[in-house]
Parts: sequence; C-alpha cells; structure tokens
Amino acid sequence: MSVHATARITAAPDGRGGTALPVLESDGPLALRRTRAAAAVPGTGTGLPARVTVVGAMSAPLGGDRLALEAVVRDGAALTVDAAAAMIALPGHRTGDGPADHAGYDMRLTVGESGVLHWLPEQLISVTGSDLRTHTRVELSPTARLVLREELILGRHGEAPGTVTSRLTVHRAGRPLLDQQLALGPGASGGWDGGAVIGGHRAVGQLLLVRPEFEEKPVAPRLLGDTAVLTPLAGPGALVTALAPDARALRRVLDDALAELYR
Amino acid sequence: MSRAALLVLADGRFPAGGHAHSGGAEAAVRAGRLTDARDLAAFCRGRLHTTGLTSAAFAAAAVLGVDPLALDEAADARTPSPALRATARKLGRQMMRAARATWPGPGLDALAAARPRGAHQPIVLGLAARSAGLGPEDAAHCVLYETVSGPATAAVRLLSLDPFDATGVLARLAPDIDKTARHAVATAHRAVRKGPGALPAASAPLLDITAEAHAAWAVRLFAS
Repeated sequence: MSVHATARITAAPDGRGGTALPVLESDGPLALRRTRAAAAVPGTGTGLPARVTVVGAMSAPLGGDRLALEAVVRDGAALTVDAAAAMIALPGHRTGDGPADHAGYDMRLTVGESGVLHWLPEQLISVTGSDLRTHTRVELSPTARLVLREELILGRHGEAPGTVTSRLTVHRAGRPLLDQQLALGPGASGGWDGGAVIGGHRAVGQLLLVRPEFEEKPVAPRLLGDTAVLTPLAGPGALVTALAPDARALRRVLDDALAELYR
Repeated sequence: MSRAALLVLADGRFPAGGHAHSGGAEAAVRAGRLTDARDLAAFCRGRLHTTGLTSAAFAAAAVLGVDPLALDEAADARTPSPALRATARKLGRQMMRAARATWPGPGLDALAAARPRGAHQPIVLGLAARSAGLGPEDAAHCVLYETVSGPATAAVRLLSLDPFDATGVLARLAPDIDKTARHAVATAHRAVRKGPGALPAASAPLLDITAEAHAAWAVRLFAS
C-alpha cells in the first residue's frame, strides 16, 4: 500500500516576542515534533524562533508514496525546521509485471514579511532501485529571510544509486529568484555522471541564503575548494553549489560556508 | 520555414561570437575531467540534457511569442553563476547585432531597446529565428547543436583530439539532440499557456562551479 500524506506547520508571532505554532500536523511517515530552539536569529528582531524537527516515523518514501510538507511562516515569525535523521528513498511496490511507480515528495514553503525560515533537513539518500521526484517550492515576501540546505547522496556507502530528480524553485515578491533541477542516477538522461554535471561525485548540495540586504551588498563570487562555489544570484540571494565524494565531506563544505555567511 | 535560413543561423561562421566559447570544456580539460573522445561524449551528453535542454526550451518559447523580458528574468533564475550570466548576456548582445543586420524585425528591436546590455542568448536566438521565418523546433535544434559543437570544437584545439573523432561524437549525439529538441518544444508550448515557470530548469553543477574559476584565470584560450 502506498502512502499519501501531507504534514503542515504554521508559525506565527506569539505576541510576546517569540513564535507560536498554531498548526503542527504530522501525517503518515512525516512526524513533526516541537523541539527547543537554540538561539534567536541575529539582526532580525524576531526573537527566539520556533523549532520543529521532522522525525521519520517509518522508512519512507517508498515508490508510489506521495508525501508533502507545507510550512507557512507568517509576518514577523521565525521558524527553524530540521530533521532527526537522513531521509532514505527506497524502491517501490511493484504491481504485476510493470515497473515500480516513483515516489514523490513535495515541499511548499511560504515566508511572510520580516519572517525568517531556516530549512535545514538532513540528507536525502537515494538507494539502489529507488526513483524519487522531489520539488521544493518557496514563496518569499520582499523582506523575508531564508536559509535553505539541500543535500543529495547517491547510494549508501559503496552502493549504486537509485534515480532522483530534485527541483528547487524560489520566488521572491512573486518574481523568480532561483530555479534549479538535478536529475541523477540510472533513470536520468545520459551524461549525468560526466564531466559537465557531477563527474563521479556522490554527494551534491546547495545552500541558499536570501536576505533583503543582499540587494545592496551582494556576496562576491568565490571558490570554496575545487568543487564548490559561492555565487551571488541575480536577485538578493547567495548560493553555495557543492560536490563532494561523500555526505560528510559535503556537510563540512556547507557548514563552513554557513558559519561564514550567517552572522 | 526556410531550410536555408536554418543553415545560416546554425552555421558556426554566423558572426555571433560563439566560436570564442568552449562551453566549460576548457575548465574540464584543466581539471582532468575531459581527456579523450569518450570523456567528450559524456561531457557533451550531460551538457545537452541540462543547460542545453533549458536553453533550447527558452529559445523555442521566444519563437512562440512568450514575453522575452519574462523569459530573461526566468533565465537569470536558472543561471546561479554570475560568470555564466555575463557570458549569456554578452553572447546575446553579439547575437542581437548579427540578427538585426541579417533578419531585422520589431521583436528584435524591442528586446534590444529593453536590454541594451544584452538579453540571455537563447532568447535572442529565438527572436532571430522567428524573424527569419523559422519555427520553435528549428531554434531548439540550433541551441542544442551549439551546446555540443562548442565543446567538441574546443576539445580538438585543447587536447589535439582527432577532428574525425570529435565529429563522430557529435554525429552519435544526433538522435539525442532530436529527442531533446522535441522535449524542449513541448515545454515551450506549455509555457505559452502557463508562463516561463513551466520551462525546464535542468542544471549542471560542475559547469556552474568551474565557470567561476575559469573566469578568473589570467590566461585562457576561450572566453568561457
């Protein structure tokens, strides 16, 4: 049996300088827990953010599953979403002799005026035989701030990857800011592992920061080693694009960049 | 459509400046990721299905009359590397000059006035194709062929690769080019109804990463 589940989070100012969670709905394998926030986000005036941790209640997504996670950060609220563990894309349920259906995982994130969202999930691991299509859509108000991390790991240790298609679409004030899609693995079009796309690397990641101040003062483009780069977007965003041999090396590059950019 | 006009637009000697660009091949050669005809085939195939598909869809959408300024903004969102945005606009400016001299038309004039420093090249190419009486599939083919012929030509110069081998790589990509062009055109038709958000956003991390390094080299054979 495949699972159709949509989990929902709404963060809103609690009237005492912090953030409340008027909506916190777990669904199916997406179990949400309110956890203790570490610190207020400097320079935003939003106080202590609410923190939600996604706790995988079972192994998911499997082929045929359709999962969705929706987060709304209302004007002036601050929300951090992280995860207790990596998400593992697993092979599907086979019906008859036909090929297994793909799995779908969609995230829809909305951030209001002066809102802050830190979207820091753990890695997505694509296991042999799996086929996952994921799309993260972000709608930002002009004064919203965002930190978003995405990491794709092709196979568990020493294992051939499954197929994974991942798209990240970010709009700010209704205009496109960033739109990127990666299609990797045996089911992707040819050349995905060649010298133009990922060249044999098994960990691919992005770290996106959006801040109104970047409009006036964009970051300067800079290499972060041989296979990672920090670039200013055409709008007020900074993007780290990174490749690494494995998940740990990738996380180190993204963590270092975040520590430097996030002050 | 005029098949001869298509040949003029697709010709590597069309004076739009494309010959000065390696499509990331020069950086890939330096990094040791492009050493022979086999690597070239994988490089070109990867480029075809990522930045090639995206660019071809934008060119086809411009032929079909999708607002070029909306396309230009959407192309920026699909180009996180400032070095590649600058390259796309520079090539767009050069394409604009050649196209207005060759097939003048109000669509080209309007975009030239709105983006004096250049729009993303595939959009200008799409308007040029339209002005030349060509269709969306023609424009998509032009973009896709250029996507792979640029690196192939560069590899011959950079690696002293046998030109017959390089052309063999291109010939074997032909079925993929045709298929990708059809896909690009299908998404362009969707963009007519739904806007540029419906166009592909297929990206190539290594091209984005190495473009920034390459732009900073003191000495290089190719502009990108």
